[in-house]
Amino acid sequence: METKMVNIKINNVAVQVPAGSTILEAARSVGIDIPTLCYLKDLNPIGACRLCVCEVRGARSLVTACVYPVNEGMEVFTNTPAVRKSRKTTLELIISNHRRECLTCSRSQNCELQKFAKDYGVDDWKFASDELLPDVEDSSPHLIRDNSKCILCRRCVAACKNMQNISVIGAIDRGFDTHIGCAFDEKLANVACIDCGQCINVCPTGALREKSSLDDVRAALADPDKHVVVGTAPSVRAALGEDFGMAIGTNVEGKMVAALRRLGFDGVFDVDTAADVTIMEEGTELLHRLENGGALPLITSCSPGWIRFCEYFYPEFIPNLSSCKSPQQMFGALMKTYYAEKMGIPVEKLYVVTVMPCTAKKYEIGREDQQAVKGFDDVDATITTRELAEFIKDAGLRYTELPDETFDPAFGIASGAGHIFGASGGVMEAALRTVSEIVTGKALEKLEFHEVRGIEGVKEAEYDLAGTVVKVAVVSGTANARKLLDAIKAGEKQYHFVEIMACPGGCVNGGGQPIQPASVRNFVDLRAERAKALYSEDGAMSLRKSHENPIVKELYDEYLEKPGSHKAHGILHTSYTARKSVFGDAK
Amino acid sequence: MIRSHVLICGGTGCTSSGSAKLQTILEQELAARGLTEEIKIVKTGCFGLCEHGPVMIVYPDGTFYSRVQPEDIAEIVEEHLLKGRVVTRLAYTDTGDGEAKTDELPSLSDTAFYRSQQRIALRNCGVINPEVIDEYIAMDGYKALGKVLTEMTPAEVIDVITKSGLRGRGGAGFPTGRKWAFAAATPGEIKYVCCNADEGDPGAFMDRSVLEGDPHAVIEAMTIAGYAIGAHQGYVYVRAEYPIAIERLRIAIAQAKEYGLLGKNIFGSGFDFDLDLRFGAGAFVCGEETALMTSIEGQRGEPRPRPPFPAVKGLFGKPTVLNNVETYANIPLIINNGVEWFNSIGTETSKGTKVFALVGKVNNTGLVEVPMGTPLRTIIEEIGGGIPNGKKFKAAQTGGPSGGCIPAHLIDTPIDYENLLAIGSMMGSGGLIVMDEDTCMVDIAKFFLEFTVDESCGKCTACRIGTKRLLQILDKITSGNGTMEDLDTLEELAAHIKTTALCGLGQTAPNPILSTLRYFKDEYIAHIVDKRCPAGVCKALLSYVIDAEKCKGCTACARKCPVNAISGSVKNPHVIDTAKCIKCGACVETCRFDAIYKK
Repeated sequence: METKMVNIKINNVAVQVPAGSTILEAARSVGIDIPTLCYLKDLNPIGACRLCVCEVRGARSLVTACVYPVNEGMEVFTNTPAVRKSRKTTLELIISNHRRECLTCSRSQNCELQKFAKDYGVDDWKFASDELLPDVEDSSPHLIRDNSKCILCRRCVAACKNMQNISVIGAIDRGFDTHIGCAFDEKLANVACIDCGQCINVCPTGALREKSSLDDVRAALADPDKHVVVGTAPSVRAALGEDFGMAIGTNVEGKMVAALRRLGFDGVFDVDTAADVTIMEEGTELLHRLENGGALPLITSCSPGWIRFCEYFYPEFIPNLSSCKSPQQMFGALMKTYYAEKMGIPVEKLYVVTVMPCTAKKYEIGREDQQAVKGFDDVDATITTRELAEFIKDAGLRYTELPDETFDPAFGIASGAGHIFGASGGVMEAALRTVSEIVTGKALEKLEFHEVRGIEGVKEAEYDLAGTVVKVAVVSGTANARKLLDAIKAGEKQYHFVEIMACPGGCVNGGGQPIQPASVRNFVDLRAERAKALYSEDGAMSLRKSHENPIVKELYDEYLEKPGSHKAHGILHTSYTARKSVFGDAK
Repeated sequence: MIRSHVLICGGTGCTSSGSAKLQTILEQELAARGLTEEIKIVKTGCFGLCEHGPVMIVYPDGTFYSRVQPEDIAEIVEEHLLKGRVVTRLAYTDTGDGEAKTDELPSLSDTAFYRSQQRIALRNCGVINPEVIDEYIAMDGYKALGKVLTEMTPAEVIDVITKSGLRGRGGAGFPTGRKWAFAAATPGEIKYVCCNADEGDPGAFMDRSVLEGDPHAVIEAMTIAGYAIGAHQGYVYVRAEYPIAIERLRIAIAQAKEYGLLGKNIFGSGFDFDLDLRFGAGAFVCGEETALMTSIEGQRGEPRPRPPFPAVKGLFGKPTVLNNVETYANIPLIINNGVEWFNSIGTETSKGTKVFALVGKVNNTGLVEVPMGTPLRTIIEEIGGGIPNGKKFKAAQTGGPSGGCIPAHLIDTPIDYENLLAIGSMMGSGGLIVMDEDTCMVDIAKFFLEFTVDESCGKCTACRIGTKRLLQILDKITSGNGTMEDLDTLEELAAHIKTTALCGLGQTAPNPILSTLRYFKDEYIAHIVDKRCPAGVCKALLSYVIDAEKCKGCTACARKCPVNAISGSVKNPHVIDTAKCIKCGACVETCRFDAIYKK
């Protein structure tokens, strides 16, 4: 269908823009930026911060560009003295109630408020401001909120409510006392927060950040008695470059490996290899359930945010969850068992670090039933992609000038199937590649399962595996998970295999990934751009099936015997439990 | 056979001053004298003259008794109801409750309080028993609905409302007919009609009185609106703090349903309309239309950006008409009496009447309804009976915390939407606060701002932080630390908030400051430059002084002073240590020689 266009004037220049655009979008389409703080496309069109005000001829007062639709003949002015003055005053007001410790703030130089304050020449504030003290809530394993830096844009609330449909945070009190928190100011650790970290990703200031584990990692590296290994998740390489000014969607695997090696890790490994192991175990589990009438659909268990969501909101689906640990935990478990034994390293001297696009992984490493060797957590510390970038900068490594290196061979070969785990649909596609070949006994002609790729929240497909029709669904974002699970519960949908990732678009858009300001998020689909990096890496490889990974074969031959073996179960599988928030049943 | 009716006000004001108890005693007294079959008691809505409550009126003669106490009932029954002699000491006259001779009693409509009033929205308040639908029907109730459903098309209904010139009585004065037309023109299977009964201005009780005194008028009007725009469900959003209004609405809705005036196939027309109540928890911002709908939806009551306007995307995202209680109360009469009749009342741009809650420093506080264009002077001096204690009129605040102060020299301004805006105030929902010479205008601005700061929802920057900063500047000025630059900052920031805030609450919050700066700047300057509060209100700028000439050294003040700030020996003049003095004024009240004064 042809898009209807309207004629408007922006700053006296006649332009044509699609009908239904907002002033913000119209201006951007002709190369004019309008500053915003609260607005997030599709998520937070609340017009609250008032920074994006513009003049519209004939309007009674200033209008907010982020939500104001254009109409035929409209004349917009984005840069008049009145507009600039209003924006500056708004910034001055916000800053008058913002704890200004910009020099030491985790978001210094990556803070949207700081940027606009500089852009608008806010070099002083004429309004009284109270001495603000830190107002910290750090009850959860993954997140620190400091409301003294919060500007009440509500982007975190929108991420929690509108993106993820969790709604554990909201505005509390009113007027000047308004602040973000859980109902009745309850601690985040006591409510049904799934630790996805999407709130952090959308925070324009330093009010939200992950709980850093860098000091622990640094201490381990400095300990001569420790053998410290690191593994990186698939999507870290698809986004890490952004924190070094590289284009969104650049695959920086080689430089990432080089950096980790220079940071002093004794082994630099690929969690993608563990992803291949996951496919072996989960594929076997799927076949077993299909053949033996097990609980269907089988639902993936790679995403700890999703697991938490399931345990809180849909405990009736716990029997459907794959008993497989996530790739991170399989990686850690295999390090503490197979690798330690093979290398002759006493397990107490082995320190396993992972780099993840995810904040829920910080929760996952402390979950019950995640110790392949009793008394030793599978993973000792996990840092986000953002923390790794900070680690690299702090070490003085000139990232963009680093050579491209490869993972250490002991656990450093992964198939393309392992790589695409980072994108929504990746686990499904990887599993289908392996399961198809096992069932049919024939090599697939075409390895791409396009139906399960892409950024749509819910994707469905049917595949004929040697006469058996397998119905699959791929869901990302817990809001979409809710819809799908409700449909399954209502009997409206039947599937055999379902992939669910807590974050929209999958891990590439995880809560631990580099933060992009709203000025980017609102106009670039981070999910699609980052996913491309993974799919193109997969497409360029010859090793594209998990079951063909030589390390995986060796692992089973030498150690685990076969997928789903008793030993594999002891090391690579886990269990789940229904949970309640402090307010009772979260359902 | 009933030979006499006694109407007792059952509004909130008179209920607070004990009217329910009066009714109980009256029932007992009548029963004791065997008059139950002859005298009928009717509990009505508000008469308006709350200052003189509890009030009752005896028909057929129309004697109006004010400030009736429980012990007066026996006398009224014995003298008036049994022997036909008016109890003159209780009968209301213009001059108050003074002794009046029976033959001099003016009829109620001739008293100064009622003479200039024209009761359209309040037509049934104080006249009918709001808990009996038949009484409403007897006053032509539901006649307009019948006419609309059986004789008129929705477009004709909207046309009548549009041509009548009726404008929203909730504050902004948007033409009601146009609002309905927008919602009617928006396609949609599901539409809603809402009533804003979240009256929140300090001192305002117009809507409460209509709901308490004439709930069916609102129900009838909402049903008409539903027919006009194609809605089948309505919600009355009423504050939970209005228990009497809620109870009467509940009764009225139940009775209307029982009579087939709500529900399926009303008047056999095939038109269905249902009505439910939703309670507000008292947040002022929920009187803003989008916040109100957000609250009905079960969300935190916060406004949302417009467009989209409610007529396009309102409650639950559906086309919605939202009007205020008083607006609805006008609708049935407009339908019954016609456009010309309504057009003949009021001014060129503001048709009809307006109800005001007249409060503050005025003799007759209460509820008044006057034609648009009535000068402020008429309301304050004639209807309100002037300023008590011989004080001078200084200013009147209309529009509550969103409005502005009208100074004494503008007292002859005819009140309508445009005139009020032109002089820096606004109609608002109808609060009218009268201030006398003892009022400090900086303090008043601070009072209203404290209210809006407290009631700001906290969503937008301008209101959340901006109003707080305004208040801090006012605090600085009233505590004697202001600078002339502060006045510039006040004006600049006030202008910023007006043009930038998300909703009406924020956009109008600076009005009390702007209007007092406009008319009473000298008072601000006195606070800043002379460190003086001309009205003697701002404590930080006051000091109490003992006149040594007048002081007899009786020591009464020194003994009364709670902080021992007064010293002096017996029979010698005392002195106040201003450093210790907390300016409570206890000494002034204690002194029998007028020796202590404020400086």
